[in-house]
Amino acid sequence: MYTDLMVSGFGGQGVLIAGRLLSYAAMRENKHVTFFPAYGPVMRGGEAYCTVVISTRLIGSPVVRNPLTVIVMNLPSLLSLEPRVKPGGLLIVNADLADRSHSRREDIKKIFVPANTIAEGIGSGRVASMVTLGAYIEATGAVTLQNAISCLDKIITEKHREFLHLDEEALNKGAEFVRAGHRLQDTGIR
Amino acid sequence: MIAVGEKVLMRGCEAMAEAAIRAGCRFYAGYPITPQSELAEYMARELPKYGGVFIQSESEIAAINMVLGASVTGTRAMTSSSSPGISLKQEGISYLAACELPAVIANFSRGGPGLGNIAPSDADYFQATKGGGHGDYRNIVLAPYSVQETVELTHLAFDLADRYRNPVLILCSGLIAQMMEPVEFMPFREEKEEKPWALRGARGRPSMVIKSLYLQDVELEGHDLKLQEKYKEIREKEVRVEAQHLEGAKLVVVAFGTAARVAASAVEEVREEGLPVGLIRPITLFPFPTDFIRKAAEGTDRFLVLELSGGQMVEDVELAVRGRVPVEFYGRMGGVVPSPEEYLTEIKKRL
Repeated sequence: MYTDLMVSGFGGQGVLIAGRLLSYAAMRENKHVTFFPAYGPVMRGGEAYCTVVISTRLIGSPVVRNPLTVIVMNLPSLLSLEPRVKPGGLLIVNADLADRSHSRREDIKKIFVPANTIAEGIGSGRVASMVTLGAYIEATGAVTLQNAISCLDKIITEKHREFLHLDEEALNKGAEFVRAGHRLQDTGIR
Repeated sequence: MIAVGEKVLMRGCEAMAEAAIRAGCRFYAGYPITPQSELAEYMARELPKYGGVFIQSESEIAAINMVLGASVTGTRAMTSSSSPGISLKQEGISYLAACELPAVIANFSRGGPGLGNIAPSDADYFQATKGGGHGDYRNIVLAPYSVQETVELTHLAFDLADRYRNPVLILCSGLIAQMMEPVEFMPFREEKEEKPWALRGARGRPSMVIKSLYLQDVELEGHDLKLQEKYKEIREKEVRVEAQHLEGAKLVVVAFGTAARVAASAVEEVREEGLPVGLIRPITLFPFPTDFIRKAAEGTDRFLVLELSGGQMVEDVELAVRGRVPVEFYGRMGGVVPSPEEYLTEIKKRL
């Protein structure tokens, strides 16, 4: 089994935390996993992204040029990352901040999730990345949703403890959104 | 506190800091630089909890000389930086080597030369293994290729530094600094190294001097010969190398650090296609596994050296092979990390 994921958005949208949660959950499932963040000088509200690779074998490179799956949280990320998705791969788009009219690819699978709307519906727009991650997990089965939820405790810092319940609900809502009619059979995971 | 055997997800440079504390490091001085500032941050937070001292120095040069000062007292001491910062430390490293003082220096190298960029690179091989500073000296150089191995080699680095009273350099790319992987830690080191040479005050004993200044030529040559004897012993005893599928291999790939990781993945794939390709991964870059590679040259048709540089370790492979079979090279520079597919193509081209 091998899969990889890039998550991209504005700094502060929870892009890195989503990647770390997935990585932690994969580790708990005794898989090889690497998490590689974008690092270096960035400005507030600038681009943030990370790459997660999950495999049952040794992971050669944590850097991926053409990812199998991508989550984009905003329009600039959609424009920069959609062209890089592997043909037949999966793109999950935060439809609240990236209009589907900007999406051009026809050779990949796409899920448009109104992540901010859903997140605000349960109490805070700040957990939008967890909505998209929930959708990702449901669509791909890369890890189990239950496991991801149980790992929240390890990933969320003291400072953001109050969001723990919202994060859990956000993961569930994202998964429900996909279950409700956006289930994909073949997501390119090999 | 992280329990022994507990699996945690950690970035390489933070894991190194935790491992260093567990290995008995009680002094750290450093100046921030991407991509390894989190190591200093971790030390600043954790080291004082164990009675250690953390100093954010005013410069890299100050940091390495503070390490020298701490090492003189017998304290396990380290500093870390990334390529341009490591260049600044070279004078101090030469002094450490000359004074025969243990120290651990980590270089999470990035694209160069000059200020370059902050992307992963392994182009500091020459600097690390051939001296780097002035004079006839050698660092012991360890090259981990995963976060787990970074932890293990950090423990080893402190042990080797004390055993040989010599600087040990841990050389790995910025990729390993920033990448998070599952990792398990070793227990806290309990034993204390006997260091009769350490300067902690001369009460009750004759005074001692640790220095690198020997004004008389013959006297200095005598000191240099002693150092050379030590490097010979290190060459004989401390080579560490990993090899796979050498039996019947028509092509042997040689790679270290980040490139070795990508290469291992590529080699695994070509092996599954039934192609006779082997892999040699030097873990110690000094001492270099010269004899091991020389022996491998007797059983293969050619070598392919893969590096994140314009071709540095390839020279040591050529010296080891001594023209017996062709040694080819493929490198990416400037912070480009090749994919396993890219290496796969390069390997297949040469079969």
